Amino acid sequence: MSDLKTKLVLLLGVALSVIVLYGFLYLEREWEIGVLLVMVPLGVYFLKRANALTYYQHAAREMPRFTWISFALGVVVLIMLLRHEDFALLMLTTVLLYATVSLGLTIQFGFAGVVNFAAIAFFGIGAYSMAILNQHFLHIPDLLIIFFSGAISALLGALLILPILRTRGHYAALITIAFGILFRTFLEVNDVLGGPQGLRVSGLEMFGWDFGNSFPNELGGGSFYVAYAIVALVLLATGYLITRLIEASWLGLNMDSVRLDEVASASFGINGPRWKITAFMLGNCFAGFAGAVYAAMYGFIAPASFNLSDSLLLVSIVLLGGIGNPVAVIPAAFLIVVLPEKFQVIQEYRLLLFGIVVILILRFRPSGLMPRGLRQYFAGRFG
Amino acid sequence: MDLGFIAQYFVNGLVQGITYALVAVGFTLFFGVLDVIKFSHGDVLMLGAFTALALFLGLDQLASPAWLSLIIMLCIGTLAMGLLGALLCKFLVLPLKESPPLNTLLITLMFGSVIRESVRLFFPNGSNPKPFPALLPEASINWGNLNLRLDSVILIFTGALAIVVTHLIIQKTRIGLAIRAVAQDEETARLMGIDFKKTVLATFALGSGLAALSGISTGLYYQEINFSMGLMLGVIGFSAAVVGGLGSIYGAIVGGLLFAFLQTLGAIWFSVPAYKDVFAFAVIIILMAWRPTGLLADRSAERV
Repeated sequence: MSDLKTKLVLLLGVALSVIVLYGFLYLEREWEIGVLLVMVPLGVYFLKRANALTYYQHAAREMPRFTWISFALGVVVLIMLLRHEDFALLMLTTVLLYATVSLGLTIQFGFAGVVNFAAIAFFGIGAYSMAILNQHFLHIPDLLIIFFSGAISALLGALLILPILRTRGHYAALITIAFGILFRTFLEVNDVLGGPQGLRVSGLEMFGWDFGNSFPNELGGGSFYVAYAIVALVLLATGYLITRLIEASWLGLNMDSVRLDEVASASFGINGPRWKITAFMLGNCFAGFAGAVYAAMYGFIAPASFNLSDSLLLVSIVLLGGIGNPVAVIPAAFLIVVLPEKFQVIQEYRLLLFGIVVILILRFRPSGLMPRGLRQYFAGRFG
Repeated sequence: MDLGFIAQYFVNGLVQGITYALVAVGFTLFFGVLDVIKFSHGDVLMLGAFTALALFLGLDQLASPAWLSLIIMLCIGTLAMGLLGALLCKFLVLPLKESPPLNTLLITLMFGSVIRESVRLFFPNGSNPKPFPALLPEASINWGNLNLRLDSVILIFTGALAIVVTHLIIQKTRIGLAIRAVAQDEETARLMGIDFKKTVLATFALGSGLAALSGISTGLYYQEINFSMGLMLGVIGFSAAVVGGLGSIYGAIVGGLLFAFLQTLGAIWFSVPAYKDVFAFAVIIILMAWRPTGLLADRSAERV
């Protein structure tokens, strides 16, 4: 394929995705969403029949940098298209933030095989750090506060390193579950952190721009969520880049070997605990960043938003997408966050339906919607 | 603190501990035969309690005496949950035998949330707590500060009896022998002509029946049940089983009692009683760091 042709194919893919995403976010009537829900799998089926998907995959493999940059720009276009729709932007931002946390989980159990059922707790640590730092240290720039929130999340997660390294399988799962419950109960009974009522969080202010204001008219005007959506997009793009770099490098190779067989990799001189710790801290850091932005966007946080079931939701995103595939978490997060919001009729039944859907996926397509491909040892370029 | 108070805490803790141990025994049984964690266990417990409640409401219409109602509730509740456990195993757990353990954990968790949501949505007025009938005799003895309720004593003895019976089933019966054989080595057990599937299903039925029993006794003790009670009881039961050491029935009992003890201790120590769960789970995490395969594990860690 010539370069120009490849680029055209990639751009076409981005354009199609943006149209579909726009449809999902913009349309409100249930029958419209229903039609879209029927159309999309049909479309995917026909594209597959026509070998268009394989074609696209080849193109993406050839020009990875162009692919992800074009996708990021596609999302910017999407944000601008939706700039007057508060609710759609809120959902989109939530999707981007959840996808960021899921990337962290991908590094943790997709690459290094460290289970984490407390993702929402680390997300919550980030959110609470944001609330408190923003309240007490007014002179620190907000960008730094987001960094600190991620760092605090990773540091508190470090408390679990010893128990996690010493335990295996179900035992390790219990430790994170216990930590998640401990975190939530602690927030509820602790008056300093607002107790069950939670805390107010002031909005972000970056580069001299107060995010509480609506989007400036010179740039087209629009809801104040535009700014948060862009920050979340930058966060996700950075997270994605880091995840891909890890996956493609010897870091990811080491993590993969630790996951697949710790004993065998130890006998080849790979330091298993080191990679597990790296993956665990990095993943929690991602969750902390996302939590900080989430807190600033909602302006209010309470223990009730950090339940075990939310952690499971995040794990389900990773599983639905395909464990270990960083690309897959994005559509999976989109499906899991947006669909229930769009079907108000099923709103009441959404947890039930969600449970049934995940059961069906696990039972009949356990590798997820987009399974992780084989590692390419001779890929050549990477972006 | 005087002796009466301590005795009171002890009795209350014992009732809790026995309930936790009943749940933990289930986890340990499933892990023993199939190396899986069935996380819907807590919700099966809750469904058992709700089944019993529904039966009671039906029997109440027929004006059946309390003791008869109770027996019917216990029998049908336990049997129904045993059946549910076996079905769950047949259709969701066994087919995933070859996939990563994370998948089994998730599928059962999701099945649990399906049960929970179904009760919340389809049980009449299911999202509110339901009063559970007080069917046990209400007599009590006062000994200084100790108020010993007869129902606590009955519950402690019933729970202990159930655990002993389970132990006897596993140690003395044919099916118990099969369960132990499968737990020790699945392939050899199959070669010896043991029906693997039947054994696993029986184990799941047994464990789920125990869960129903502990659900009903929780209802009888607190005289209130709600749709989300299973979540916490499930996690606590799992913690108890893991801290004791998965695969060991004694471990489950020790773990269950230990967890109740930690909660009681936390409630006494901290001025805010809600810290008791924070304390209990923190100690569990520390214990796991100290003994990574539980206090009484019969499977030693892999050594290189």
